[in-house]
Amino acid sequence: MSQRPDIVVTGLGATTPLGGDVPSTWAAALAGASGARPFDADWVERYGLPVTFAASVKVPSDEVLERPALRKMDPSAQYAVIAAREAWAHAGAPQVPGERLGAVVSSGIGGIWTILDAWDTLRDKGARRVLPMTVPMLMPNSPAAFVSLELGARAGAHALVSACASGAEAIGYGVEMIRSGRADVVVAGGTEAAIHPMPIAAFAASRTLSLRNDDPEHASRPYDADRDGFVIGEGAAVVVLESAEHAAARGAPVYARLTGVGLTADGYHLTSPDPSCQGQLRALQAALTDADVATRDVVHVNAHATSTTVGDLVEARSIRQALGDDADQVALSATKSMTGHLLGGAGALETVLTVLALHHRQAPPTINVVTPDPELDLDLVRDTPRALPAGQVAAVNNSFGFGGHNVALVLTSA
Amino acid sequence: MAYSEDEVLAGLAEIVNEETGLAADTVTADKSFVDDLDIDSLAMMTIVALAEEKFEVTIPDDEVKNLGTVGQAATYIMGAQS
Repeated sequence: MSQRPDIVVTGLGATTPLGGDVPSTWAAALAGASGARPFDADWVERYGLPVTFAASVKVPSDEVLERPALRKMDPSAQYAVIAAREAWAHAGAPQVPGERLGAVVSSGIGGIWTILDAWDTLRDKGARRVLPMTVPMLMPNSPAAFVSLELGARAGAHALVSACASGAEAIGYGVEMIRSGRADVVVAGGTEAAIHPMPIAAFAASRTLSLRNDDPEHASRPYDADRDGFVIGEGAAVVVLESAEHAAARGAPVYARLTGVGLTADGYHLTSPDPSCQGQLRALQAALTDADVATRDVVHVNAHATSTTVGDLVEARSIRQALGDDADQVALSATKSMTGHLLGGAGALETVLTVLALHHRQAPPTINVVTPDPELDLDLVRDTPRALPAGQVAAVNNSFGFGGHNVALVLTSA
Repeated sequence: MAYSEDEVLAGLAEIVNEETGLAADTVTADKSFVDDLDIDSLAMMTIVALAEEKFEVTIPDDEVKNLGTVGQAATYIMGAQS
């Protein structure tokens, strides 16, 4: 039996509330910038929205893509294609047969702008005015399909959906595609474009959004005692995963290794995390076992930490239980304090940030923590980046989603 | 309102430009949607839907196959204007 291939990360791409690409996003993250800003729309007045701000993309798609492409793609697919192009170029556009190249790009919500625009058209103008591209634009696999078309990825194009864990689950599935022998290279990530009045009204109705309308930049504050909910964000992030053998054969720079994937479900409640932490804990333990990484080697965790009152602490307890005393040496970063919550894009963006943290040996900061939650017993990186130790070290990226989905990814220094 | 033939041709060229990125001045009456402009069936149905809205006409599905060129489409639209 052949040995299981090692997986390396050879390319990164993103368009986020902090920047239109990875270098600008990373620079803004190290500087502790906030991507949250007030809507520049008349929605608040028209719809009476209780939340008046979001973390929208820093660089709009129409500054990057040509008009025919914009018209054919939902914004969620536009962001995915922008991120995939950057990741592919960053990886040096690997020479790989299309049949050995996979695309796994998830969205938590799907083409919500397209759905609702088409519904408006149907009601206002009738069925004959609904355009034929509506279905291929609204389907949740549309970003994966467009990335597959863009790169000629024919080993498979997939879109796993698990709400806010979708982006991380996509990357985990990309790892499995290479391990199972279906592909040598996989472009994997997540995207979301749901800053639309309807989902904002719906998230607000579930009381999960921050209402800090008078101070958007300080609204996302994971682990602060006065946190009051998440800030909805948008954008996409994509990584190029490659078998170590394939990357070595072409002399590709390796930014980190993706060594462990842990996937579990709470089976406890539709939206609340299991307070016993069992589902999250099993995901973390499974990922560490998969990676064959000892808890003492974990130096950094990029937390899911969305800034909700319940979720942040359940996760902190899970990390403590999984790592025990070794959790004391972990530099914990909650980067949603800066980026907002990209929903289906979040796990992918945080994987990109975790790869960069290992590559540059810098844990990005958590901003807006004025009074740390007294129940947090982990070492939170606050306000400025922190250097990570040299040598062979590991980091964890957690992602959880409505539905009780838990995904932990373990990354190891190159 | 009724559109002149020049207005219809210009309007079709504008729609094709929006959908495909082809320069509007290359979308002339003699061009075949499929052979010259490389427009697939999905894009053609989009162009038909946009043209119907723009020129306030109805183009039945079984007529679309007869609209091989931009000029033929313009002629049909001219005739369909009430």
